[in-house]
Amino acid sequence: MLDTARAAAARPRSPLRRAGHGTLVRAGVIAVLLLFALLALPQLLSLYYIDTMTQVAVYCVVALGLGVLVGRVGLFSLGQAAVLAIGAWVAARLLFATTQPYPLVLLEAGVITMAAGTLIGLPALRLRGLYLALITLMLAGAITVVLATTNFPNGGHGFLGYNGSTVHIPAIRRPSIAASDPAYFRYSVVVAALMFLLVFAHIRTRPGRAWAAIRQSEPAALAAGINTTLYKLWAFALASFVTGVAGGVLAGAVHYLYSISFPTQDSITLLAVVLMGGAYSMWGAIVAALLLQLLPALLHNWGVSPDWLTILFGVGVLQVLTTAPAGLADQVPRDLARLGRLLRRRVRPGRRPAPSGSGGGPG
Amino acid sequence: MIEVTDLTVRFGGVTSLDGMSVTFEPGTCGLIGPNGAGKTTFFNVLSGFVRPASGTVRAFGEDLLSRVHFRRARWGLRRTFQTEQAIEELSVYDNVAMIHEHARLSGAARRQDVLGAISFVGLDVDPAAPVRTLGAGQRRLVEVARAMVGRPKVVLLDEPAAGLPDDETGHLAEVIRRIPEHTGALTILVDHDMSLVSACCEMTAVLDFGRLIASGPTAEVLRDEHVIRAYLGTADVL
Repeated sequence: MLDTARAAAARPRSPLRRAGHGTLVRAGVIAVLLLFALLALPQLLSLYYIDTMTQVAVYCVVALGLGVLVGRVGLFSLGQAAVLAIGAWVAARLLFATTQPYPLVLLEAGVITMAAGTLIGLPALRLRGLYLALITLMLAGAITVVLATTNFPNGGHGFLGYNGSTVHIPAIRRPSIAASDPAYFRYSVVVAALMFLLVFAHIRTRPGRAWAAIRQSEPAALAAGINTTLYKLWAFALASFVTGVAGGVLAGAVHYLYSISFPTQDSITLLAVVLMGGAYSMWGAIVAALLLQLLPALLHNWGVSPDWLTILFGVGVLQVLTTAPAGLADQVPRDLARLGRLLRRRVRPGRRPAPSGSGGGPG
Repeated sequence: MIEVTDLTVRFGGVTSLDGMSVTFEPGTCGLIGPNGAGKTTFFNVLSGFVRPASGTVRAFGEDLLSRVHFRRARWGLRRTFQTEQAIEELSVYDNVAMIHEHARLSGAARRQDVLGAISFVGLDVDPAAPVRTLGAGQRRLVEVARAMVGRPKVVLLDEPAAGLPDDETGHLAEVIRRIPEHTGALTILVDHDMSLVSACCEMTAVLDFGRLIASGPTAEVLRDEHVIRAYLGTADVL
C-alpha cells in the first residue's frame, strides 16, 4: 500500500491511471507488432502483398480518422473517402510542383485537407445521425464530380497540374530513403504509427473527455462548460488531418492517381468496415483496414471476385451490430479468452477453476 | 442571490413560464410544483438551453442570460439532470475532472479538488472505475460530485432522488444539506419528494402552470392552501 502511495506521489499528473502491468503488456504488444511489421513482414511477403500491406497502412489511418468521428464523438460522416482523395490530390500537386522533402509535403497535405475536411464538418454543428451522414455523402459526391473534371495532377502545368495530351506520364515521386516497395511500406508504417500516436494523445486528454461527453449528451457537455462547437470541429479537423496525410502516403504508394479510384461509394464501405472492426477502439481501425484491403487482395489472389465482399461486409455489419456493437476488435479477444477458458476446463476436467477465474462452471 | 424578474418562456402556443418573479437567497432553496409546472424549463433557462421570451435573471449581481451557455459553467453554474447524465465511458475521476478542466482553473489543484468532491458526496468507489460499472445511486452521486467541483456559485439539482431507494435518498439529503457550507454555492433543489425538500431547504418556491404561486419558508409554503390545491386539485370545479 505504501508503495502505491509513493508511486502516486511521484506521478502527480496521472495519479489514477493504473500504469503497471496492463499498460506495460499493451505497450510491449504494440512494440513487438510494430517491429514485426517493420523488420519481418517485408522479408516474408511477396511484392504483391507488400503493396497490399502499404495500402493497409494507409487505410488504417483513414479508418482511424473515421473512428474518431463515429466512435468518439458520434458523428456519422460518409465523406471520408473524398477527404482522402483531397489529401492525395494536394500531395500529388505539391510533389510535382516542388522539391520539398516528403515529410513536409505530407504535413502540408494534412493541413490543407484539414481545412477542407473541417468545412465538410460544418453541417455537423446543426445535424446528427442520418441527416449528417446524408449531407456528408452528398458533399463527397460533389468532390468526386469535381475531381472527375479536374483530374489528378500528372506533371502538367497551372494550378491543376493536369496535362490531358501527354503520352509519357511521370510517376509521383517517393522519398529517396524509401524508393523501393519494401522501404516504402516501412515508411508508411512509420507514418501510420505517428498518426495513431497523435490520435491517442487526443483521446487520452482533454479533447477525448470532451468528445465522450458530447457523444453521450450535448446538454451535459454544455453544462460541463464544454464548447461543443469547437470540439466537434476539432474532431473533424483531426480526422481530416490524418486522412490527408494518409492521402499523401497513398499518392507515393500508387505512383499514378486517377479519379475513378475514388468512387463515392468507398465512403460507405469505409463506414461499414470501421463499424465491423470497432469504432470505439484504435485496434478496430487496423482490423477495418485489413478487411478493406487485405481481404480483397487475398480473394483476388485466389481467383475469387472481390465483389463478393459487398455481401460479406453487409452480413458482417449485421453480425457486429447485433452481437458486438464494439466491433471485432472487442469481440474476438473476448471470445478467444472464453474459448481458452473452455479448453482449459476440458483439458483438466477434474480440477476446479482457479479462485480468480470468472468461469465458475460446475467442476 | 438570484433575482428572477418577469421570466416568460413560450414553446409555440404553450406558455411554460408565465411572468415568473422570485428571489432565491443563499443557502438551499426548494423549487416544487406539479408535473409540467415549468421547473425544468426554469433550469434550462438558467443553463442557456432555452431562450426566454422576456425577463431577466441576475445572479450575484450579474446578468446570467447574457452569457453563452457553455461559458456559464466557467462562471460557476452547475447542474444535474432529471435523467442522470454521468458520462459512461469516462472514469469517475475524469467525469468530475472534466468540469474542472473546462472551468479555466489551474491544473495544479485539480487532483485535490476532484478527489475532495468525490469524497464529499460520500462516493466509496475507486476513482479510476468507469462510470458504466456503477449502479444508479452511485451515478447520481458522480453527477452531484461534478456539481461540487471548481468553485460553484449556483448548483441546480433536478430531481436528484428520482428512482432512488429510501436509504440512498437519505444519504443524498445529507449531502445536499451540506452543499452551501461546503462550497458556498446557492443550491436550488427540484424534487417531488416533499420529505427531501423539507429536510434540505429553508426556503421553497412553488410553480404551477408556469406561475409562481407561493414562496417563503418551506414549512409555511407546504401548509399554504394554494399549494395544497395545486397538488391535490380542488373540489369546486368552475
